[in-house]
Amino acid sequence: MADLSVPESQVNVFNAPTGSVGIVSPQYLSFDEPLHLASGQVLPAYELAIETYGELNADHSNAVLICHALNASHHVAGRAQEDPQDLGWWDNMVGPGKAVDTERFFVIGINNLGSCFGSTGPASVNPATGEPWGAAFPMLTVEDWVKAQARVADYFGIKRFAAVMGGSLGGMQALSWAITCPDRVAHCVVIASTPRLSAQNIGFNEVARRAIITDPDFHGGNYYAHGTVPRRGLAVARMVGHITYLSDDDMAEKFGRAQRAPAANGAFRYGYDVEFEVESYLRYQGEKFSTYFDANTYLLTTRALDYFDPARHHGGDLAAAMKAANADFLLVSFTTDWRFPPERSREIVRALLNNKRPVTYAQIDAPHGHDAFLLDDRRYHAVVQGYYDRIARELGLPQRKSTTGVLA
Amino acid sequence: MSVSAFAVKETGLAESIRPDLARIASWIAPGSRVLDLGCGDGELLAYLQETRRVVGAGVEISDEQVIGCVRRGVRVIQQNLEEGLALFDDQQFDTVVLSQTLQSMHRTEHILREMARVARYGVVSFPNFGYWPHGWSILMGRMPVTGEMPFQWYDTPNIHLCTLKDFQDLARSLGLRITHLAAFKDSKEVKLLRGWRSTLAVYRFESPNAN
Repeated sequence: MADLSVPESQVNVFNAPTGSVGIVSPQYLSFDEPLHLASGQVLPAYELAIETYGELNADHSNAVLICHALNASHHVAGRAQEDPQDLGWWDNMVGPGKAVDTERFFVIGINNLGSCFGSTGPASVNPATGEPWGAAFPMLTVEDWVKAQARVADYFGIKRFAAVMGGSLGGMQALSWAITCPDRVAHCVVIASTPRLSAQNIGFNEVARRAIITDPDFHGGNYYAHGTVPRRGLAVARMVGHITYLSDDDMAEKFGRAQRAPAANGAFRYGYDVEFEVESYLRYQGEKFSTYFDANTYLLTTRALDYFDPARHHGGDLAAAMKAANADFLLVSFTTDWRFPPERSREIVRALLNNKRPVTYAQIDAPHGHDAFLLDDRRYHAVVQGYYDRIARELGLPQRKSTTGVLA
Repeated sequence: MSVSAFAVKETGLAESIRPDLARIASWIAPGSRVLDLGCGDGELLAYLQETRRVVGAGVEISDEQVIGCVRRGVRVIQQNLEEGLALFDDQQFDTVVLSQTLQSMHRTEHILREMARVARYGVVSFPNFGYWPHGWSILMGRMPVTGEMPFQWYDTPNIHLCTLKDFQDLARSLGLRITHLAAFKDSKEVKLLRGWRSTLAVYRFESPNAN
């Protein structure tokens, strides 16, 4: 059962700039019904950190679930009460008058199980031992996340989401929702995602994991007990990951071969310290990441990515795997995304067409690689806005009152 | 059944649809599955959805047009038609439409074969190069520039122009059985001497792959 306590000051609407949901703070929902996981393990109880924006309407038909990717959280939009510098990771997409318009939709962000931003994860205390779970925390799959999230929907009395939406790993969750809970998803919005990781994708994940696991401070995952953090491994993992989020052109434009602090007359320094700007940038990103992200969460999340493959139980036939889906779909890919390239989205489109599911697919010619799904792009946002306006029309929700953000 | 602006009043569509599109609509069975290749902002599909309750999908390359489709509630797949129709299974649709696009495609035969593969019926419209003033223009030493073909020779997207007879020959060679023809000039249907007097030809054909 969920903890029904009322959250304190969920959303402060005062002093919010146009298009912002304002100052937000999370709620924590506790579920003490055991969760049976794909691995066969059972999580006896768990807590999820969530944020909500907008108002749930009387018939609970206007709810949108936003699923997050590898390193994000429930903090989708607005500014965090505890740190006003902390802007939600999809703030350009979600807010009053934005593409996902919180004046009409009730939007929920959930920090995934196993994450490290307030939901139960490897760093949480295992009630059986009184110690942090560490390496003993169960492995999770995308399907497990969906199961855990479904209880949040139950908590709010949401029988069917107007839309479940996500980018990258979040898109996989949206897809999984449509397959595993077909009656609870009216529209499925899958952005820059894939029906399965390629060998190359898994390869990059494995490099990241080995960097963490071979860090002497990792201690087999029980670094909490040792008072250490495998910071170097985590930083390298992030550096590798970060490269896959950007396009070659994007990196060339941002950094080129610019030197960081060249010697006199632009000469090389002939050493292994930072020589090029790109190295400085990646080191900075890696080190910053290692100060706030939990290494076990990184391992667990990349593994969940690897495992995701709904066609696996259907002899690799994605159309067969998606037969149960009952939603309308919007897919968006970005031409320079080489992590989850347009071809992966087209596979999903093809499977949906094969099943005669209604599907819209936009392929945005954007230079920013995988990261484009988080960035301001008028065409991309116009597609999403148009799609949500249509959902609103279908549901008889009020007209859009304003247009803010990227499309303003 | 006459397809004029009658449906517009009933359904509250703001403006009436072009006569060639209305004619295409008249060939499409209510409730059937329609694929519109190069669907623009989804005008025809929106009309068919409202007036004939079809289950429609469009294919379009332009960002702006795709956004237009989404805003109208028309399902659209963004891709270049030159890449073919690999996303679509054999005989997945009842009718596939290629409106005023054939003449600008590089692989004319390929797209027609693909159309016959994905649907039972195909509808194709294209500017009629056989329109008699074109011949006059050429006699005067100039490439024709007219209403349906308003481009100069050096910047035209129309790389595969043909006459009605030319198209019929190609259709025959591909095994496409022509079931209907409508021809238009200045948005008015032309019934007499269509090969000379029309600027736009609209054909409906049946696929040899249909059961």
